[in-house]
Amino acid sequence: MALPELVCPAGSLAALEQAIEHGADAVYVGFKDPTNARNFAGLNFTDAQLARGIALAHRMGRKVLIAINTYMQAGRVPQWYAAVDRAADAGADAVILADMGLLAYAQRRHPQLRLHLSVQGSATNAEAINLAHQHFGIQRVVLPRVLTLAQVAQVAQNTPVEIEVFGFGSLCVMAEGRCALSSYATGESPNTHGVCSPASHVQWLQQQDVLSARLNQILIDRFAPGEAAGYPTLCKGRFEVGGSIYYALEEPTSLNTLSVLPELLRIGVAAIKVEGRQRSPVYTAQVTRVLRAALDAAGRDDYAVDPAWMAQLTAVSEGNQETLGAYHRPWR
Amino acid sequence: MPNSMNLSLGPLLYYWPQATIQRFYAAACTWPVERVYLGEVVCSRRHEMRLGDWVDIAGTLQAAGKTVVLSSQALLESGGDLIALRKLAQAGYLIEANDPGAVKVAADAGLPFVAGPHLNIYSGATLDWYVGLGACRWVPPVEISRDTLNAVRAESQHTVPIEIFAHGHLPLAWSARCFTARHYDRNKDRCEFVCLEHPDGMVMRTREQQPFLRLNGIQTQSAACHSLWNLLPQLRDAGVSTLRISPQARHTGEWVNAWHAALQGESVQPDVAQWQPEGLVNGYWFGQPGITCQEAKT
Repeated sequence: MALPELVCPAGSLAALEQAIEHGADAVYVGFKDPTNARNFAGLNFTDAQLARGIALAHRMGRKVLIAINTYMQAGRVPQWYAAVDRAADAGADAVILADMGLLAYAQRRHPQLRLHLSVQGSATNAEAINLAHQHFGIQRVVLPRVLTLAQVAQVAQNTPVEIEVFGFGSLCVMAEGRCALSSYATGESPNTHGVCSPASHVQWLQQQDVLSARLNQILIDRFAPGEAAGYPTLCKGRFEVGGSIYYALEEPTSLNTLSVLPELLRIGVAAIKVEGRQRSPVYTAQVTRVLRAALDAAGRDDYAVDPAWMAQLTAVSEGNQETLGAYHRPWR
Repeated sequence: MPNSMNLSLGPLLYYWPQATIQRFYAAACTWPVERVYLGEVVCSRRHEMRLGDWVDIAGTLQAAGKTVVLSSQALLESGGDLIALRKLAQAGYLIEANDPGAVKVAADAGLPFVAGPHLNIYSGATLDWYVGLGACRWVPPVEISRDTLNAVRAESQHTVPIEIFAHGHLPLAWSARCFTARHYDRNKDRCEFVCLEHPDGMVMRTREQQPFLRLNGIQTQSAACHSLWNLLPQLRDAGVSTLRISPQARHTGEWVNAWHAALQGESVQPDVAQWQPEGLVNGYWFGQPGITCQEAKT
């Protein structure tokens, strides 16, 4: 059985090197600007770093994909066009785009450039994917993390476009590209600024025993002594609804698909993606190593999840918790 | 004050009993709205109204002189969702596409469509691409600012009517997960249609009791009511054609009448304390966090 590509995240050249060393088939990266959905301080690539990264990857027979997956903002459209030009000039193996207007530009200006429809493009159904295929010839779609395995299979059967799914990483509980919670609280969202719950708006306050985490003054959570305090991503805080305080939207948790890899292979997905360009090179190394081993094993009949893999992934998971997310029906 | 702007009633975002929905739209026949959007946009499990029931209401509204648009579900996940979408597009009314899949269904059939607020159009180039496929009207994303809206207009080669989400709880996010069912510790598949008990959703407060968001099934809204009230001159300058009012369980008719009076240049004072006790916000319009409220400089 042909194995899907393992697509790993790199927020820096060091992470890209780790991904390649530990067995990624492709690495995805972004530029240092709001054209990509991990527009965080200190992260991402200059043109010079990108050139070195692509040279290394190509020498090793791997690919570099460039995410330009935020939405073009009127008045600053040339910034997104320039990002596509830079990616094409650098010799990227594909660009990962969300905005239909930008896809149109890329196809018009760089007809040879391979196009992937980003998860931020919110294409959750075959009709949406086929719209982008019909007009731009997209060759791959990254599915939002809202579908069950059965729904992924159904989408795959109804489109000629390759399917890429998330295999591991922090979990968006909302359909990607369809969430403005961050701009509601801070003025900046994934669609408009390439950020969610931006660090520039986070305030930590220790008062006596209690640690509070605020996002633009809004209390996202507070932690008693001994409680693990995670980053205040606004959908992963504790809130009060109908008199009870709980994780009303989602627990701090990571997606982990090791147990369903054989099913993803049977469905025929073309690629498995790891989330986490904002994480360290150590994270990229650790997760790439485990996913490489698991994917290689998943192609064999006697596949079983190695407890050591789980332990290594849990160690780098958000809140040290994991879920199958929407792939697993009861989660919904 | 001369004015060419008019009002629309957006799609119902909540789950109400069928009789309540029918009463609501019977009343809407008499309201001063030019157009009405019908259909289930949030959850495919909401079955109080079948397509035929919506079409019946559409006929009544059309007879009352309203333009009727059928709105597509915003998150299309299953084969069943796509079958329902194709039926919606063939029902004989203009459709509002809230997903690229709905755009494909309309464009393949050669039908014009309203580019809904969930298509993520933030630039003139992208708007023009959708116009090329048949978009005859544009509802910008709820998070768009006045400045971005003006910049889109400056960039666009077309002049399609712009309809802005002007009043209501903001539809901010969509998920595979049902947060209302989650609150009751139920699976989405066994939700027992508990949304029926929450005609305006459930308010989610911070641990210091600040109203923040509003759970409405798989949709997350603003707890507060977004309102561009008092901003009519700015809206007119931004080329807005239609002001969308999102249905709420109470006082929607009063708000429609207040907006209409304001459009007529009458001086009206809505009873905000009574009609919208959760308060009004408008930050998005000013390029600020949506949860904030800026003083209108008219």
